[in-house]
Order: sequence, then structure tokens, then C-alpha cells
Amino acid sequence: MNAPNSFSRRTLLTGSLATGFLLAFHLPLRAAGNEPVQRDVTEGKFAPNAFIRIDETGRTVLMMPQVEMGQGTYTSISAVIAEELDADWSKVEVQHAPPNDKLYGNPTFGLQVTGNSNSIRAWWLPLRKAGATARAMLVQAAASQWGVEPASCTASKGVVAHAASGRKLTYGELALAAQGQTPPKDVAIKDPRDFVLIGQPLKRLDTPDKVNGKALYGIDAILPGMKIAVIANCPVFGGKVGKVDDSAATKVAGVRKVVVLDDAVAVIGDHMWAAKKGLEALKIEWNEGPNAKISTKDVWDDLRKTSQKDGAVAKSDGDIAKALASGDKFEAAYELPFLAHASMEPINATVHVRPDACEIWTGTQIMTRVQSEAAKAAGVPVDKVIVNQHLLGGGFGRKLEPDMVVAAVKIAKQVDYPVKVIWTREEDIQHDVYRPVYRDQITASLVDGKVAGWKYKVAGSAVLARWLPPAFQKGIDIDAIDAAVDAPYDFANFHVEYVRAEPLSVPTGFWRGVGPNNNVFAVECAMDELARKAGKDPIEFRKSMLTKNPRMLAVLNQVAEKSGWGQPLPARVGRGVCVQPSFASFIATVVEAEIDDYGEIALRRITSVVDTGIAVNPDTVKAQIEGGLIFGLTAALYGEITIDKGRVQQSNFHDYRMMRINETPKIEVTVVKSGEAPGGIGEAGVNAGPPALRNAIYAATGVALRRLPIDRKLLAAGKKA
Amino acid sequence: MHMATTLTINGETKSFDAPPEMPLLWVLRDILGMTGTKFGCGIAQCGACTVHVDGKAVRSCVLPVSAVANRTVTTIEHVGSTPAGAKVQKAWLEAEVIQCGYCQSGQIMAAAALLASTPNPDDSDIDAAMAGNICRCGTYVRIREAIKHAANGQS
Repeated sequence: MNAPNSFSRRTLLTGSLATGFLLAFHLPLRAAGNEPVQRDVTEGKFAPNAFIRIDETGRTVLMMPQVEMGQGTYTSISAVIAEELDADWSKVEVQHAPPNDKLYGNPTFGLQVTGNSNSIRAWWLPLRKAGATARAMLVQAAASQWGVEPASCTASKGVVAHAASGRKLTYGELALAAQGQTPPKDVAIKDPRDFVLIGQPLKRLDTPDKVNGKALYGIDAILPGMKIAVIANCPVFGGKVGKVDDSAATKVAGVRKVVVLDDAVAVIGDHMWAAKKGLEALKIEWNEGPNAKISTKDVWDDLRKTSQKDGAVAKSDGDIAKALASGDKFEAAYELPFLAHASMEPINATVHVRPDACEIWTGTQIMTRVQSEAAKAAGVPVDKVIVNQHLLGGGFGRKLEPDMVVAAVKIAKQVDYPVKVIWTREEDIQHDVYRPVYRDQITASLVDGKVAGWKYKVAGSAVLARWLPPAFQKGIDIDAIDAAVDAPYDFANFHVEYVRAEPLSVPTGFWRGVGPNNNVFAVECAMDELARKAGKDPIEFRKSMLTKNPRMLAVLNQVAEKSGWGQPLPARVGRGVCVQPSFASFIATVVEAEIDDYGEIALRRITSVVDTGIAVNPDTVKAQIEGGLIFGLTAALYGEITIDKGRVQQSNFHDYRMMRINETPKIEVTVVKSGEAPGGIGEAGVNAGPPALRNAIYAATGVALRRLPIDRKLLAAGKKA
Repeated sequence: MHMATTLTINGETKSFDAPPEMPLLWVLRDILGMTGTKFGCGIAQCGACTVHVDGKAVRSCVLPVSAVANRTVTTIEHVGSTPAGAKVQKAWLEAEVIQCGYCQSGQIMAAAALLASTPNPDDSDIDAAMAGNICRCGTYVRIREAIKHAANGQS
């Protein structure tokens, strides 16, 4: 869309790289003085709904209601629309949708939000209908021009044809006539057997510009007259700014202004270096407030105490008290640490506040909330806030929060030029909303080698109660217990409780894999321990209780075969399994790991079999599982945020470690063919890694770890379980 | 205010004023407006800011601009004009390595430097050359695959 006030950069790779795909990400630079306008220009185009724009040249622009943060959703969403539209895939371009809950709100949440691995799940039918409706209008336009019945016409690859007369019209030629057609009320969608794009490993639309530095993330915004700001948030959660001495900072070359907010101080400079140097030269006294003495130990003492309370009952089948009174009893508590998101693109937002408007350039998972919160901070009406969405350099749930934009608005309000506020990595790690600490208690009884009773109590933060209050009902955080109530096994007496336990002082948020991270870990660790108690092989034990879950059973059987389960292994090498029902995908994973005499861990091999229903793009499904596994294993091996004197102790990648390529084993992912509706995939791999690795360690050493991250000291040779 | 610094960046001579201790990364991004090179950590731990100086992969976030005066700098915007860089870019797309892509400028620069010096790297060469580059999306399996493809000229 060549709106005169926007700058569009398009790349068409040529030669053997030619994909034919165009990508239209706009960096809306304007001449100064032009009024900011939210994008989405439909003039002169066939615009049958919020998602499809076809102009007279046949150029087909699809508006993306979900955001691209690496999960491949721009390509998958485009394939879903283009499939029913019968579009010419080589003419498809994608564009970030503007903020508008009414048009682009995720059907599950009623908000324009990307999360919970549900982009495809939520939009699967609505977008297919949107595509099919547009196709029907194009066919009607052609049929009426030719004076034939629409049913006698066909459409394929952006062309409507009338076979009987041999006539053809392209979507471009039909665009304006189609715009005048009445959309059909109840349009038919394709039989999946007729899919030509869905199910194909289509090349991603966003990657060609990511190999040459052209892709624009939020941090890459450049505007005329823009300055760069660096922020220092109060190191203690909930603390405030006391006194600021900026006499040295303002003397640093390139420093333009020091901005003091309620709980943060920022330095604006000509470039990042000046701003950073200026910040270092500031003398800030903080009013640290009531949290200044809190430590990790306090948090855990409090959580362990709170977790003893009875919880709100989320599910109760059978007679749990009776079932637990008989048989061989098992009790365990599993504990998970705080985690930071650490997306590779550090937190940033660029803002230009004008007297009556506010414009924002950022990559966010929650556009409309960013818009409404920025409006409050800027003191302008919501419709005077323009949000220019960018690609996200990772999101992982951190960018479901608007806090970085709100802070940037407050800083930008103090000046009349645009300001790009960049958080250093240290600020990013130390001022996150953290994956909550959880304490999950499982009590079970074994009768005849099977689980007769299963009581599972989750204790942890209710992220939803803060983030989406109406979703928090009857004291139950449906995210925290998501894969607890949805356990895949046949447990006749089955009871799940939730205890809300907000950690002392530490803000919590969604973290890739969300609630199922704690549930799948606890359930799969307990299942391994129960299998051992029953004297059974971990996979055989699980299979005996998957009789009502054929999809789970099928992937478990396949992963056993593909991973070489049961084949002999050297000493201190083990295989561990994980099955999971999370995000409506059925996944079984085996991790093979070696533990040396010092307790160090080497991953040897990972095998995963995935039934996610119809895989819109099977290569993307594979990539998400590969990457998700590494994300989860990183947490299991290294991830822990600790608190001392009310402050986060970690600060950068040297003390908040990530897995690296030299630690990455061979990963084999098999995507099962299925006709079921698509499941979620962006987060599922994250759930699988930690329990499968922990169970591999259990098999190799006999040590039943019950906390993450993995404590090597417990695994040194000679240590007993 | 400062001495003008002259660099050859991507085949062009650039002169600009910057404090001599200012890291090359911020010269590229904030003075020259070349945003392909990324900020990730600021302490040479993640490799997102990798560029080539005289053909070698270096971390621009800790490299004072004065240290590269009169030397040849290549960034992601131009690496495709080198034979190794072009091969790597192509292999990256064919193996569909990339997810969010934020670290990939640095990954590609590291891989291109590896192939320029070691045309047929084995797994341990790849690990040694690439272990300084973090990918939070976890694309490592495909990075390894793509480097091998690029080396074999299959892509």
C-alpha cells in the first residue's frame, strides 16, 4: 500500500533465491508537519473485510491480526486466508494490522493479543471464512460480467475462469467490480482434501529481509530529529526515585536531557553511547521502600507456607479421599524458579508526543492495550494514539505488557522530539515481569501398578488476575492449572486444586509455555517416580493409562520407536520421556542425556513426535518444537532469577545463561499427519524439555530432582537418590 | 568537538565525529543509521552485534571506534557481496533457519567469517566459531545444517 505518507521498503529476491513473495513492512516516516494517520488504506482496492486488500494489479495484501515474533504466524495466517481465497501466493504481501480490537481482536480473548499459542487455533475458521467470502465476491463479479451462473465458474491462483466459454479474469481485473458485490451470507469452506497451500512447507514470508539486515524491529525505528534515551528503573521492586544529582551527567558530550520519573530516571542523548555515559554519571538516591530486604529465601518460605492451605477446587472426579486412603501412597512437591524472558531484542519503545497526539513505534504482543495505556500516560484520547507495529525480536510473553511504552511516553512527554527509549540488557533482566515461582504438590496412590487416586495442588501467582481480571473466577487461575485439569491419563479419582500465592514483591507475567510449564513438569516427574515405585518401564506405565487417549498413545508409541527406547545405554546415560496435552497438541518427547562424574550434563539426542492436528506449515511446526525444546532446556539447565535486598541478582547473559550451539544435540521432530483441527505449537516444545531431561537424569543416576534449575551438586557420581 | 574518524564501511569511506571510545555498534546504528547490526547485551556475550573487521568476526558492542580507524568494516547489509556471505544467506533461507531473526545478523556474520577461513568446517569447528552467538529462539540445529550446506555448495 503506497500511502503517500508512508515509506515502504519492499524486497524481491532474485535469481535462485526468488521466492516471488513480497513483504510490505512500513516504517511510516513522514515529512514533519503531516498529521499522523493510522495505516490501512483501502481506497481503490477490493477490501471485502478487515484482512484482505486486492488492488487492480492483483497485488494481494493481507492484514495480520496476530504479530510475528519468530513463530512463523505471518506465513501460516497468510496461507490460511490465501487457501480459501484461492489467491496467487506469489502476489501475497503481508502487513501489520493497526490496533483495533473490533476488527482484529483475537476471537478467543476479544483483544488484539498474540499469546497462548492460539493464533491459528483462534483464527482457523474466521480467516478461512474471510478468504472464502472474498473469493465468492470475486467469482460473482466475474459471473455477472460474463452473464453466467457463479456456480459455473472456478477460481485458482488469483484467476476466475469460466471453463465452458474459456474466459478468464484475474483478481486484479475483478478487484473494483468485486468491491460492489454483496458478500454471501453463508459461504462454504473447502474440504481439507482440496487444500493446496495449507499443509505445505511454504517458505516464510518474513525471512528474506532477515538475512540482509533490512528487517525492521522496534529498536530499528529512526525518525527525523529522534534522540535516544536510556532508562534506570528503581533497582528495588516498588521503590521510588529520591534525589537525583545530574550535574556531571549533563556535562557529558551528547547528553540532551535528564528526565526524572516517579520510579525511574532516564537520560536522553544524541546516541545510545551518550545516553549510557550520561546515565552512568548520574548520582541517584532511591527511596527503596518496603521491599528492600526481601530475598529469594523469603519468597520461598512464604510460598511453601501458603502452599499448605487448601486450594480452590478446579476439578474433582470420583472419590479422591477414599482413593488416597488405599494402595501404595506417593507424595512429592515440585518447585520452579523465577525466570526472565530475555528476548534477544532488548525492551524498547519509540514515542513522539505532540500537544494533541502520540505516536508509537514498537513491537508488541498487545497493540490495543499499548494504545489505551499510552493514551492515559500521554493525556490524549485513544484515537489520537497511533501505534506502528514492528517485527518482534522475540516476545515470549514479555511484550504482552505495555509498561515499556508507558515509561517511554512519560519520557517523551518532556521533550518535543521523538525519543527511542532502549533498555540495556541489565535493565531488561532486572525489570521484567517474571515467570512466577510455583510449588506443585502431587499426592497419588498406586493399586495394581496403576494410579488409583491423583490429587494435584498448584500454588503460584495468578498472572491472569492481574492481566485479564474477568478471566479470574472462583479463585482459580485457569492458566496455572491448564494442563493439570487436562491431564492425559485415565485417573478415575482425580482432583486438582489451586492456591493463589503471589510472590513477595516480585512482579509476575506470562512466559513462553505459560501455565503448562509447571503442570507438565510436575505431572511427568511424578509419573516417572510412580512408574519406578510400580516397578514398571516409564513408557509402559504411561501407556497403561492412556487407553482413552488414542492421539497421545499414538505419538508415545512412535517416539518410543524413533528414540530407540529400551536399547542399552552406557553407564550414567539415560533416556527420559514426557507426554503433554498442552495447547491442544499431542506431543511425546524423549531426551537422552549423559551425566558426568561431576554432575555436568551433556544432551545427546532429542526425539519428538507431534500430533498438532492439521499442520498448516509442517516445517514451521518442526522449527517451533526444535526451538521450544531449547528454550525449555535452557531454563532447566540454567534458568533462575534470584532476589537479594529486594533486587534481582542476575544482569546479563554471563549470569543468566542461555544454551549455546555447542550444547545443542541432534533434534529429530516428526509431525504426524492428521485431519483434526490445528492445535497450538509455539510454546509446546518449551513444556517438553525440562521434564524429559529431568527424567533422563533420573534414569541415568537414580536421583529424583524436584526443583529447577538442575542442581549439579546432587548429580555427582556417588550421590544417592 | 571530537576528531573526525574515517572508516571504510561496506566499501564506502565514511567520516564522522564520535567520541573515540564509542563502540562501533552505536556508530553504525545511531550515527550512520545502519540498523542491521543489532544490540543484544553490550558486553560481548551474545554476538548479535557481530561485524567483520578486515574479514574477521568481531563484537562491535565493545569495540571502540578508534580501534578500527582506517580499517575495513563489513556489516550484514553488505556481507552478501562476499562469496562466503552470499552462500550463507542463501543456505539460511533454504534451511529456513530463521525465527524472530534478531540474532541472525550476527549469526550470519559469524558463519560467513568461519567459511571464509575454514571452507569445510566440521561440527567442532562450527561449535567453536558459533558458540559466541546466542539464539533465544533456539535455531542452532538449523544453523549447523545450513553452514554445512553452504560449505558443500549445495545451496
